[in-house]
Amino acid sequence: MAEVLIFVDHVDGAVRKPTLELLTLARRIGDPVAVALGNGAADTQAALAEHGAVKVLTHEAAEYADYLVVPKVDALQAAYEAVSPAAVLVPSSAEGKEIAARLALRIKSGVITDAVDLEVADGTLVATQSVFAASYTTKSTVMTGTPVITVKPNSAAVESAPAAGAVEALTVSFSEQATGTKVTSRTPRESTGRPDLTEAAIVVSGGRGVNGADNFAIIEALADSLGAAVGASRAAVDAGWYPHSNQVGQTGKSVSPQLYIASGISGAIQHRAGMQTSKTIVAINKDAEAPIFDLVDYGIVGDLFDVVPALTDEVKARKG
Amino acid sequence: MSLRIVVTVKYVPDATGDRHFADDLTLDRDDVDGLLSELDEYAVEQALQISENSDDDVEITVLTVGPEDARDALRKALSMGADKAIHVEDDDLHGTDAIGTSLALAKAIEKAGYDLVISGMASTDGAAGIVPALVAERLGVPQVTLLSEVAVADGKVTGRRDGDTASEQLEAQLPAVVSVTDQSGEARYPSFKGIMAAKKKPVESWDLDDLDIEAEQVGLAGAWTKVASADERPARTAGTIVKDEGEGAKQLAEFLAGQKFICTSHVPVPRPNSL
Ligand SMILES: Cc1cc2nc3c(=O)[nH]c(=O)nc-3n(C[C@H](O)[C@H](O)[C@H](O)COP(=O)(O)OP(=O)(O)OC[C@H]3O[C@@H](n4cnc5c(N)ncnc54)[C@H](O)[C@@H]3O)c2cc1C
Ligand SMILES: Cc1cc2nc3c(=O)[nH]c(=O)nc-3n(C[C@H](O)[C@H](O)[C@H](O)COP(=O)(O)OP(=O)(O)OC[C@H]3O[C@@H](n4cnc5c(N)ncnc54)[C@H](O)[C@@H]3O)c2cc1C
Repeated sequence: MAEVLIFVDHVDGAVRKPTLELLTLARRIGDPVAVALGNGAADTQAALAEHGAVKVLTHEAAEYADYLVVPKVDALQAAYEAVSPAAVLVPSSAEGKEIAARLALRIKSGVITDAVDLEVADGTLVATQSVFAASYTTKSTVMTGTPVITVKPNSAAVESAPAAGAVEALTVSFSEQATGTKVTSRTPRESTGRPDLTEAAIVVSGGRGVNGADNFAIIEALADSLGAAVGASRAAVDAGWYPHSNQVGQTGKSVSPQLYIASGISGAIQHRAGMQTSKTIVAINKDAEAPIFDLVDYGIVGDLFDVVPALTDEVKARKG
Repeated sequence: MSLRIVVTVKYVPDATGDRHFADDLTLDRDDVDGLLSELDEYAVEQALQISENSDDDVEITVLTVGPEDARDALRKALSMGADKAIHVEDDDLHGTDAIGTSLALAKAIEKAGYDLVISGMASTDGAAGIVPALVAERLGVPQVTLLSEVAVADGKVTGRRDGDTASEQLEAQLPAVVSVTDQSGEARYPSFKGIMAAKKKPVESWDLDDLDIEAEQVGLAGAWTKVASADERPARTAGTIVKDEGEGAKQLAEFLAGQKFICTSHVPVPRPNSL
């Protein structure tokens, strides 16, 4: 069976969920061979094997943390040359897309970004994209070279499918460009203890209607009652009420949870671009004409300061 | 000393309009008004600020690859304060993919001469966010991308990149390719004076021959990717909308419980994406 190269997104050996989703998708095409780089690379083995990796190629070097993007491109290219895969799949983070694009150019292959599904039709790998703020669904193929495709989080359910996952050391020689952009300092994001926004099954978001940083506590309380991540509109972020890392939308995170609850958010196209593929959409807004209501499965026309805390109480009561 | 900045700007269909695909599965540009991709205004803004904060002579050139109307995007950037513009225009460019676009941009940037390239974080149509990295790869210079803060001094560019798990300070020697996010600082509005001045600023027009690019390297025919189908997403079936008259939270909780979103122990098992 053909091999499929998977770029592993991990933090010090902890594999992030989108990579496990990629392994599930990759098994539709062939045998997944994972590439894990940097600090803790070998520690990814158990999770990757559990989800179907037949092989895990690892390489640790300070360059991956000390310089931007290019060292990882060099390594992925080395893995590509070692394996000659049928496709290369990379999680659709900002960095993942840049790595994929540069690799594609080097190996003379087309690149497709932000796929939400993959299938093989008549022997060709077909990627589904959701474009123009999710108003269109396109199907695309790579015409030249080995398909290099980045896949959005939440595009497949994670399935376990234990495989050998034998660890092999990857040999990498860094290019001249590898040390071009130095990372002079790094401040890790503090964990809130809540699920990761892009990976969460439920997202509860607040917008300008929340009207103040302190008021976000009611959004957080609802999120915590549901085990959800917290999101925000750009208006709320620009006002300084919530961190930019929680912004949902075109220039924030793109989320695709099972449930998205928008409170005090009007539903501008740039916000919709980041949440329109959510499975179930709920909105609470006091303006019955707000465009967000065009998207909802369930909408409440009302004051969020009444509805949100009461909903939190209802959820808690039902959980007993 | 002088500093030559090339800002790449894309002409895109207005995102608030009704965007469609044409019969050849490329963007239907006749259907909806085009404009300078809003996220590229941030790139122009940062170029202007670098210029204003610099003791050097700074020359800002705005560059687009696009159809005839893309000139409007260049005019907007010139009216914000850029010095001159380059329009890469050729019928054979119709339907170019990201790899091809980066080829045309890189060739034009080299021909124009540059110390610094500044791009937007992503276009507002294709929205891949990969062209700056591709241009850096082609030019063989550092990529310093997705910056929410940027500064140039002593032949170096520095900036802050806010990633998923960490915020990083970056540094590279010029020449380099930078891209900036919409966190980098509001873009200015063109003044009346700026708009009038823009009319007199030079706009050069280059075709594929000028850039030594063969027709088969770009366009729909030369694209390394192909769109096989494009289907408008069916309108969502009308949801339930209720007015809160004191019972709203209860009704909503009922709905959420019915969908099994309220669980006693764990969040529901995700279903596969079905679009
Ligand atoms: C290039 C570009 C990129 C952008 N990227 C993003 C992005 O990534 N994400 C994003 O979100 N936006 C983005 N925007 C901004 C976007 O266009 C909107 O301005 C923004 O989404 C509006 O946020 P909002 O819905 O919170 O605010 P508003 O549009 O002001 O809506 C507030 C809503 O709250 C309701 N409300 C007020 N008080 C209450 C109350 N007490 N109870 C209930 N409801 C109440 C109001 O009825 C209103 O509908 C971008 C814009 C541009 C130009
Ligand atoms: C809905 C849609 C989906 C697409 N998907 C793919 C795909 O998966 N793979 C693929 O190869 N192509 C794809 N394309 C084609 C691609 O959009 C174009 O080739 C485009 O010119 C470059 O990609 P982008 O718009 O995503 O730009 P991005 O990579 O998002 O742009 C980032 C920055 O690069 C600069 N830039 C980009 N294009 C230009 C330009 N023409 N002139 C000047 N500066 C520019 C701007 O500074 C911009 O802010 C898609 C197009 C559409 C409309």
